Amino acid sequence: MDIYTSSDNPREIQNRLGYLMVGIVVIFAALLLRAWYLQITKGSYYKEQSENNRVRVVYIQPPRGLIFDRHGELLANNVPSFNLYLVLEDISDKKGVLDLLARFIQMDRGELERKINSPKNNVPYMPMKVKEGLSLKEVALIESHRLDLAGTILVPEPQRNYLCGPLAAHLLGYVGEISPAQLQESGNEETLPGTSVGQSGIEKTYDTHIRGEVGQKIIEVDAVGHEMKVLRVQEPASGNDLYLTIDLNVQKVAEEALGKDAGTIVAINPRNGEILAMVSHPAFDPNQLSQSLSPADWEVLSSDPGHPLTNRAIQGQYPPGSTFKLVVSSAALETKEVTPEEPILCTGGMLFGRRVYKDWKRGGHGVMDLHTAIVQSCDVYFYEMGRRLGIDRLADYAFRYGLGQPTGIELASEKSGVIPTSQWKIRAKGEPWFPGETLSASIGQGFVTVTPIQMANLIGTVAMSGIRYQPHLIKAIRDRVTGRLFEFPPVQLGKVELAEGTYNAIRQALSGVVSEPHGTGAAARSPFVTIGGKTGTAQVVEAKPGVETKSLPKELQDHAWFIAFAPVEDPQIAVAVLVEHGGHGGETAAPPAKRVIEEYLKNDRPSIHQQL
Amino acid sequence: MIDRRFISSFDAWFVVVVLLILSLGVLSIYTVTYTVAPKAHGAIYTKQVIWIFLGLIVFFIAASIDYHEIARFSTFLYAAGVVLLILVLLVGRTGMGARRWISLGFFDLQPSEWIKLIVIIVLARYFSNRSHPRGLSLLELLVPVLWVGVPLILVLKQPDLGTALVLLFIPTVMIALVGLRSRTAGFSVLVSLMAFPFIWEIFWNVLKPYQRNRLIAFINPAVDPTGHGYHALQSKIAIGSGGLFGKGLFGGTQSQLKFLPEGHTDFVFSVFAEEWGFVGVLVLLTLYFLLIWWGIDAANKAKDHLGVFMAVGVVSMLVFYLAVNIGMTLGVAPVVGVPLPLMSYGGNSILTTMAGLGLLLNIKIRRFMLFY
Repeated sequence: MDIYTSSDNPREIQNRLGYLMVGIVVIFAALLLRAWYLQITKGSYYKEQSENNRVRVVYIQPPRGLIFDRHGELLANNVPSFNLYLVLEDISDKKGVLDLLARFIQMDRGELERKINSPKNNVPYMPMKVKEGLSLKEVALIESHRLDLAGTILVPEPQRNYLCGPLAAHLLGYVGEISPAQLQESGNEETLPGTSVGQSGIEKTYDTHIRGEVGQKIIEVDAVGHEMKVLRVQEPASGNDLYLTIDLNVQKVAEEALGKDAGTIVAINPRNGEILAMVSHPAFDPNQLSQSLSPADWEVLSSDPGHPLTNRAIQGQYPPGSTFKLVVSSAALETKEVTPEEPILCTGGMLFGRRVYKDWKRGGHGVMDLHTAIVQSCDVYFYEMGRRLGIDRLADYAFRYGLGQPTGIELASEKSGVIPTSQWKIRAKGEPWFPGETLSASIGQGFVTVTPIQMANLIGTVAMSGIRYQPHLIKAIRDRVTGRLFEFPPVQLGKVELAEGTYNAIRQALSGVVSEPHGTGAAARSPFVTIGGKTGTAQVVEAKPGVETKSLPKELQDHAWFIAFAPVEDPQIAVAVLVEHGGHGGETAAPPAKRVIEEYLKNDRPSIHQQL
Repeated sequence: MIDRRFISSFDAWFVVVVLLILSLGVLSIYTVTYTVAPKAHGAIYTKQVIWIFLGLIVFFIAASIDYHEIARFSTFLYAAGVVLLILVLLVGRTGMGARRWISLGFFDLQPSEWIKLIVIIVLARYFSNRSHPRGLSLLELLVPVLWVGVPLILVLKQPDLGTALVLLFIPTVMIALVGLRSRTAGFSVLVSLMAFPFIWEIFWNVLKPYQRNRLIAFINPAVDPTGHGYHALQSKIAIGSGGLFGKGLFGGTQSQLKFLPEGHTDFVFSVFAEEWGFVGVLVLLTLYFLLIWWGIDAANKAKDHLGVFMAVGVVSMLVFYLAVNIGMTLGVAPVVGVPLPLMSYGGNSILTTMAGLGLLLNIKIRRFMLFY
């Protein structure tokens, strides 16, 4: 298809290009003339216009998405709140305005001054937030002195409101003004200083989903910066709603059962990893934290010796005490170091090296097999298991159960705990592993530490014969625009491959802990449901011979553990309870676990009767 | 393809002009994003520099493949372009009320930017394929109307008003160059007049409310209670306040204080004019004029009809964008949202403009060649 023949001479067409050129010259001349007109003829007029530009862009904060529990009970919403902004460029008499403001609002002059000079507020003409949540009285005072308060703007904005106060505070988290560091990090040019963002908990993790989109209002202002006319409005888009996996009723009971004690309760559905309740005490009121907190109040909270801001469920690292015996049992049975029937004599202590490792029961338990050793929590039996296994084989099984690593729940700053190995000792302490340390480790003391959520997941894994799920808090997200619900399916982490007989033996023993006469967890016995569990008492200080720890001051008393699952025949819930300085696990930690389990199972959910 | 002839006929000053305009664009983007978006600031101008480098590659590719070869593939390119335009409507990414982009992960492809070049090539081939001693007959006019009509409707559907208008402008210039038989001309005028109310109706209906408001605001700024003339007004203030010598780099209060929206994209000229004043505007318009003149020169020296029409197509595309974009910032054209070639931020605009300029160079360096 050669279309370009020798007769293809374009001269005739090219001769017409002159007309095109004339048109182009005319266009350019017109543009240049127009620029001349604007810049030279009317230059001074526009110069004045630009110097007195009375147009401002005001940002409209979106309401954050709502947070519900698994049944749609509202946990967090938004309420209107009056916030005070200043536009410094509009204030001519800075001192006068600040003096007046300091009198009207509950804020001292120095702090006001500091806020204004803060480097994060350096965008010209950008209203800067000075105070949130003004009282009606403050609003009335400011409004009535409008004329004297140039450059002040009162804006009603949505304020986060947590309906149950401190309930599940660590899990929900709180919101606060974006910090300069966070602003840097966000990397999004649309994120503005002054935006409220999640600062901890779910609010932080899912911030991008629930924050919504900031709207804009273009307004014309008068000489003192007060709004005269709205030129254009772009409404904000509210954030998406979150449905949590927690059950508000179970959470309430757990909060109540833990009471004033410092400690934590984690309840989890072992069949899918959904967190049903997560309590950490002492707690804080996220409502208080979500309003701009004065530095003094913040100081009080963050330096509180009770560490109310710490989420003990995922950040508390405690020695597991006797609850660790689940791991030791698994390892010993699986490596065939012991059979369930092998008798081992407990005389109240075990001589190893040049030291006697004592049993918690003076005088000993007598002849023990695996079942009775778990039921009565015999230490000597497990010293012997530890001696046979050695630390590295023991650690191997702990790792398989997910200890020594974060569970990966959707909350920031989760701790991993420590599962020591001989390698670890050399790396961390610079000295070799001593065999005696294995004995301490095998009753969950010494270097071993775990987080309560790891333990809840551990006993859930045992209940499910090794199937592990990723613990998670979000059941679904609902898109505010389309109304569509995006559900989060459970994530299976794999299976801890042990013989079914091993799991059966351990579960039977755990059931015995609660139901048998000598069981250490008798306080968790329930008339409604069969519970299997394990007590633990984690020493805070190395017990000295002859010193009864109960006589020690509170802060030196042992931590009480109880981990449980129920119903034994058909596990639906796994719970870990830790009461700091609560003494014996069977006494203080078992009753709350029982209450949480009963509350969850009384809801008469149709239980799938599955033969295990 | 880089042979001796290529180098000897290589018009160095043309490349210098292009690079100068590109640099002024990057400079304006740099200053306007400096305070407005301190974090994203680095990202925006470095991205633009990356686009410019890619644009230079595209430029040399477009210049080195013989334009007859390109024309041979034009039907295929056209089909691909139309498919992409349909894809945009089906799976495109929505932004600012229009569905214009196909997200490729690292890059949002905007097929409506590319279809203009393809239409230029297709039409150039069509017109060069005929000898027209007495101008186009009615039937011959119908074919280019169809070539343009399909993408035009798809582009209006997005809606992308700026591209739709340029798709009308390019063939108009070409047809004017070829000439119409008097009967064809008369008939076209008649049909256009009769069809105008209907076409206007369709056209008006596909516009988004904000686009209608902009047109209304342009025709009568007084009927503008909700401030749809905001862009134009702020832009006029920005340019006007620049005066003779401008406010200097970073000195533009309009752009720095964020009164002026889209300072790095559609309104980059306002930023430039505020900072550099009338003197800067004079220099910039001169640079653009040199570019256009060079393009006309390429058309004038082209060896064959294909070359002439391609060059004229690219030139008219550039002229249209310059006139509409700068006219818009100066308040003499409606705010239709077209980029300023070589200066506005954006990969699609940079790449397609550079490809168009590459075609011009292509035509120019092959003016001495005979047959292939």
